[in-house]
Amino acid sequence: MMIDHPILGPRDAEEFVYLGDACLMVRPDGMAADAAEAFATYLYARENPAGRHRELWFHEQGDQSWLIVTRCTRTHAIEKVELAQDAARAGVVGQ
Amino acid sequence: MKRFSGLRILAEGLTGNAGWRPHWRDAAPAEAYDIVIVGGGGHGLATAYHLAETYGEARIAVVEKGWIGGGNVGRNTTVVRANYLLPANQRFYALSLRMWERFEQELNYNAMVSQRGILNLYHSDGQRDAYIRRGNAIRFSGADAEHLDRAALERMWPFFDYDNARFPIRGGLWQPRGGTVRHDAVAWGYARAASARGVDIVQNCEVTGFDIQGGRIAGLRTSRGAIGAGRVGICVAGHSSRVMEMAGMNLPVESHVLQAFVSEGLKPCIPGVIGFGAGHFYISQSDKGGLVFGGDLDGYNSYAQRGNLPMVEHVCAGGMALMPMIGRARLLRMWGGVMDMTMDGSPIIDRTPVEGLFFNGGWCYGGFKATPASGLVFAHLIATGTPHEAAADFRLDRFARGHLIDEAGSGPQPNLH
Amino acid sequence: MTQHHRIGGGLVDRSQSLSFTFNGRTMQGHPGDTLASALLANGVRLVGRSFKYHRPRGMFSAGPEEPNALVTLGEGARTEPNTRATMAELFNGLQAASQNHRGPLGFDLMAATDLLAPFLGAGFYYKTFMWPRAFWERVYEPLIRRAAGLGALSGQDDPGLYDKGYRHCDVLVIGAGPAGMAAALAAGRAGARVILADEDFRPGGRLLAEWHEIDGQPGADWAAAAWAELDGMEHVRLMPRCTVFGVYDHGICGAVELTAPDTPEDRPRQVMWRIYARRTVLCAGATERSLVFPGNDRPGVMLAGAVQAYANRWAVAAGRNIAVLANHDGGADLAEELRAAGLSVAAVVEAHNGQGVAATRGRLGLRGVTLGDGRRLDCDCLAVSGGWSPNIHLTCHLDSRPVWCDDIQAFVPGSVLPEGMRVAGAANGAFSLPDCLAEGQAAGRAAAEAAGHPAAAPVHRASGIAHAPAPVWRTGPEKGRAWVDLQNDVTAKDIALARREGFGAVEHLKRYTTLGMATDQGKTSNLPGLALLAGATGRSIPETGTTRYRPPYTPVSIGAFAGRERGRHFRPVRHTPAHDWAARLGASFTESGLWLRAEWFARPGETGWRDSVDREARQTRAAVGICDVSTLGKIDIRGRDALSFVDFVFCNGFASLPVGKVRYGLMLREDGLVMDDGTTARLGEHHFLMTTTTANAGPVYRHLEFVRQCLQPHWDVHLVPETDGWAQFSVAGPKSRALLSRLVDAPFDISNAGFPFMACAELTVCGGTRARLFRISFSGELAYEIAVPARYGNALGAALMEAGADLGVLAYGVEALDVMRVEKGHPSGNELNGQTGPVHLGMDRMASRRKDYVGRARLGISHVDGAEDVQLVGVRPVREGDTLWNGAHFLEPGAAATLEADQGWMSSVTHSPALGHAVGLAFIRNGAARIGERLRAVDLVRGSDVEVEIVPPHFLDPEGERLHA
Repeated sequence: MMIDHPILGPRDAEEFVYLGDACLMVRPDGMAADAAEAFATYLYARENPAGRHRELWFHEQGDQSWLIVTRCTRTHAIEKVELAQDAARAGVVGQ
Repeated sequence: MKRFSGLRILAEGLTGNAGWRPHWRDAAPAEAYDIVIVGGGGHGLATAYHLAETYGEARIAVVEKGWIGGGNVGRNTTVVRANYLLPANQRFYALSLRMWERFEQELNYNAMVSQRGILNLYHSDGQRDAYIRRGNAIRFSGADAEHLDRAALERMWPFFDYDNARFPIRGGLWQPRGGTVRHDAVAWGYARAASARGVDIVQNCEVTGFDIQGGRIAGLRTSRGAIGAGRVGICVAGHSSRVMEMAGMNLPVESHVLQAFVSEGLKPCIPGVIGFGAGHFYISQSDKGGLVFGGDLDGYNSYAQRGNLPMVEHVCAGGMALMPMIGRARLLRMWGGVMDMTMDGSPIIDRTPVEGLFFNGGWCYGGFKATPASGLVFAHLIATGTPHEAAADFRLDRFARGHLIDEAGSGPQPNLH
Repeated sequence: MTQHHRIGGGLVDRSQSLSFTFNGRTMQGHPGDTLASALLANGVRLVGRSFKYHRPRGMFSAGPEEPNALVTLGEGARTEPNTRATMAELFNGLQAASQNHRGPLGFDLMAATDLLAPFLGAGFYYKTFMWPRAFWERVYEPLIRRAAGLGALSGQDDPGLYDKGYRHCDVLVIGAGPAGMAAALAAGRAGARVILADEDFRPGGRLLAEWHEIDGQPGADWAAAAWAELDGMEHVRLMPRCTVFGVYDHGICGAVELTAPDTPEDRPRQVMWRIYARRTVLCAGATERSLVFPGNDRPGVMLAGAVQAYANRWAVAAGRNIAVLANHDGGADLAEELRAAGLSVAAVVEAHNGQGVAATRGRLGLRGVTLGDGRRLDCDCLAVSGGWSPNIHLTCHLDSRPVWCDDIQAFVPGSVLPEGMRVAGAANGAFSLPDCLAEGQAAGRAAAEAAGHPAAAPVHRASGIAHAPAPVWRTGPEKGRAWVDLQNDVTAKDIALARREGFGAVEHLKRYTTLGMATDQGKTSNLPGLALLAGATGRSIPETGTTRYRPPYTPVSIGAFAGRERGRHFRPVRHTPAHDWAARLGASFTESGLWLRAEWFARPGETGWRDSVDREARQTRAAVGICDVSTLGKIDIRGRDALSFVDFVFCNGFASLPVGKVRYGLMLREDGLVMDDGTTARLGEHHFLMTTTTANAGPVYRHLEFVRQCLQPHWDVHLVPETDGWAQFSVAGPKSRALLSRLVDAPFDISNAGFPFMACAELTVCGGTRARLFRISFSGELAYEIAVPARYGNALGAALMEAGADLGVLAYGVEALDVMRVEKGHPSGNELNGQTGPVHLGMDRMASRRKDYVGRARLGISHVDGAEDVQLVGVRPVREGDTLWNGAHFLEPGAAATLEADQGWMSSVTHSPALGHAVGLAFIRNGAARIGERLRAVDLVRGSDVEVEIVPPHFLDPEGERLHA
């Protein structure tokens, strides 16, 4: 696979380390009263779609950035690649 | 069910082989069943067989969206073993291995259960310690495990790269009762036995929805019409998330692709099943002569049933690092299977919030060897409503409860299990 | 001159002779020959045996689809089994041997199985060999395994070199037949960067095998000229002997290049290429199909196009008297061409006009055929054509489905193709030469244009027509055995039987009969099998289905996939910046992940590693020892929010840590189990330096970046991984301060008051060298860790040894390090294995309740099955001389070894030189409350059963007085 890095251009996916669903960026409040339940959902429940999937890749053999890659899990076609930090700052993570 | 035997082959051969009949009935769906199993793979067929044979249930159907045995039971590296560390897994797989040992006689179908032994190599003291700990857990469960030092390895596997290796081979954990099984025959054998006991096997019948009334399952919508059902069991490895979504559930599962490989046919050269400890590579040789080998997940979510080149290269590199004699053997076929990877790497066999709807899945890449026991315990659950003692820990709520069956210790990251 | 089947013409170089052997017999061929053509030239027709019935087999094709002519090349460690003779380029000294027979090839004892064929039909083995049970592994399976398989591996290490490469281009053209040449010319002339890959050693494809004229030149000459023109273009790369075997995501292709067969052994024999192409033009041609009729498997029954290729390209008569059987009008054309080449044609049998072959004869090679009308013909070669199937494999590797084309009775590429791919020529179902050239030219031009190189492209002039095959797949009576899969011995009867037994779905058929599972991957058998199944069920072929195409297009050697990653080069080696220092001191090294670390430093007179390790631990505790700990992960953390960050990633609090101090940190995963541990130093108000364990340096850094970028994106924090930037030594023992005081530059105060336990500082040593000093201890002794820029690693090691000579300084390795940490009860990799949480390690009191941090919410909830209530304790043997075994499990005295009775496991053991007996760390159920209790440490695997006492995990100096000394 090739991942079109927003800064560095097309890179072989071999340069990256995969983490999983970008929902992992939406971390519940660890101090909340219901934190144990909220974190159980956060840690273990996955939509696991067959289709459009927003997911996290780390450019380990590159610029050490975390990327949100929007990729189809049926065809592997990549629709969009964003810097995770930009998305997190803009508050558009959970989309 | 007319029995298979050498004598029958002789008789049929002398009369033009005209007397052979379908191994199972290709049934049309009835209006309703007591129990419908969704998924005509190894687990679904084994469940149906045990529901009929062990628990005496009547009016059972297996519905399959394609042809039976076409999923992971028909695409795997055929290894069977019971060499787990954690008691919940080891208890279950020890049962499964015992069931494999009587599979053929029980079902009258030769699935070539070959107890040629399985070897896991270690290359460091830390790995040795972990294997010894595991070996003792295996022995405590009543299954077999032996420690082989390097001299013992050299006698049986002279072709390993002992002296020029980046990670020298120091020893291994050996389970003589582990081995391989002809995978397709498992599906067919269960299908034949289940069919003979009255189970309807309905192929080309895709489930498109559940009929749930008042929190209770009432039936299924399928591509071949509605089917009423008192109880429904789901065994749809590779599609678990999608099917359970129809019942409104989000599973602790990610779908990942695992590739596997077969070489051209070769005269016997590899005894046993061998797992490399310093890279992603394991191998056995099929009775037909192909080297059957595999490695690790590609690592990203996928439903595509195909992988990419880097993992092919990694796996072959592992092979060449372990046994450089296979360099001139050619890779003939490769494929990718979709694995239901759970968040702790262990399976789920449980009731669901929908009454009468039962779920069996999340086998990661350990589903094939589990087939007989999975069928038995799932049938038990569906028939009695209570978990079988050998699978009592494979509960859906264990994640929320924090009871993790995490063999690898890699935490809630499915692609690392 | 023994090549009595050699005829005139052809593209072999008669000026040179090449000598080769087949089954020990020496023969001659010419440059340009394949092994197959050379064998045929020498009159060798029988070359192998089929898989199941050991039927005689000869050359069937002239290309990669060959199912029969599999031979073993070379000998000894260079043995290469299952090589298709049709693809093996002849070279001087080639050694080939037939395979899969017992006794001579002409009298294979295993051929007896053929007599039992009525009993060995499809799937017979699923129905027998079940009694008695124990016989499977002991009797049946060994028999079956020995009979099965094709060639044999040598069992010796492959001495061949394999390499890997990566290439990028605008346009990748796959196949150098007429369409591929036209495509490459169009794209190359437009200025696009082109790669043209072809599996053959001579480019031209079917232009070499057939009579054609292009642009007024003979086809083969045109191909040579086109190749030469492309070769002259700087931006075009030609790759002969290179098979593109797979198409992967996003336009990446896998290709394997075989170097010339006489390449010296210090050069790669194969190269695995990953080709990144912006556009791909697939011109892979087509594969001819045979017909199904009784006795169609004898040596001498060949594909018509192969007979033609042998005659035209290799100047070889496949037979002296050739009959032609075809289901289209091309049969007559071929007969004419063969006659013109001076060969005798016995008959042309027109399957599309109701004629057919009812039987064949000849035990080891064809001697004649009986036609459908009962006529008997003598012939030694039957050229069969059942039409051609486009080589669409690569179009389907990414899920695209082919579509059925009635005109050519074959599947052609579907409308959805892999991104960036075009298909041209025969691969696209365009079989006439003008169509091939036109499609290739258009595709090459379009691909170049899409890649930014628009240009007009020349039109090539040629003539030729394609013959449409009739939908005839089978001729002759149903009686008699008619082969569908020649290698695996699947006959039409097997297909009928499989259907009768319920295996009528294509995938069931394939699995039950092994149809298409041979080394040719069904290239010659899948479609005829499908057609027979369709005929039997009354459905059309597309309704019946097709099997899925997967890589590789043709089999690829495992060595090529592995490349150079084998032996010592399997993984890279990491040396620490003080590696040479340790080596000079006589260290032996051990693998620690990719690192090599000094395990101990043996001295003359020591009889084993225990001697060395005991000495190192003892002397460190008595005087001072130094140990290279550079492999520990080091992460520099800076920014206004650096403190918040550190506080967030550790479960214990860091807010109160003053500048100039170090604190132990326990890092959790979000599930509340331990991820890693290590010390973190506060070097400034907004500056921290974290150390991680060696194994987790990478994963922890990745995790920290995740926290920084994804969870706390607004914090002002910057992370720099510095593991490789610094050399770091542990300096431990009562004389460590004395030693270091000689190295630190004035005015640094290293006194106990000036630099107390858990202090840290940036300073200079040895007269101006930048350094970092930490007063931390893993050994439990008065100890420091000192770090200098990596380039000074070896020098600092030497300086420490020199400065401490009179203090009794010595170097110790990781084994002694481990001995001392077990004596102190510090958890390490065996305890922090991802399955334990703070509560299991006895560290739960460390966890803060006052702040949010990673792992807080699930702390104390998560545990791993079987370890719910275990706690880390120490154990010591009740009898002092007993050895403890790591990995043992614990049982109460008298309890049987069951999972239910299991009390826990031993995680670390060592012989303690300080205490003079073995000590162990163990996870035991409710262990902390069971101090003083006795259990058995049972290792069934290695046969040991030792009585032990549960003790606190700190064996040495539990009050930590030495640390503060």
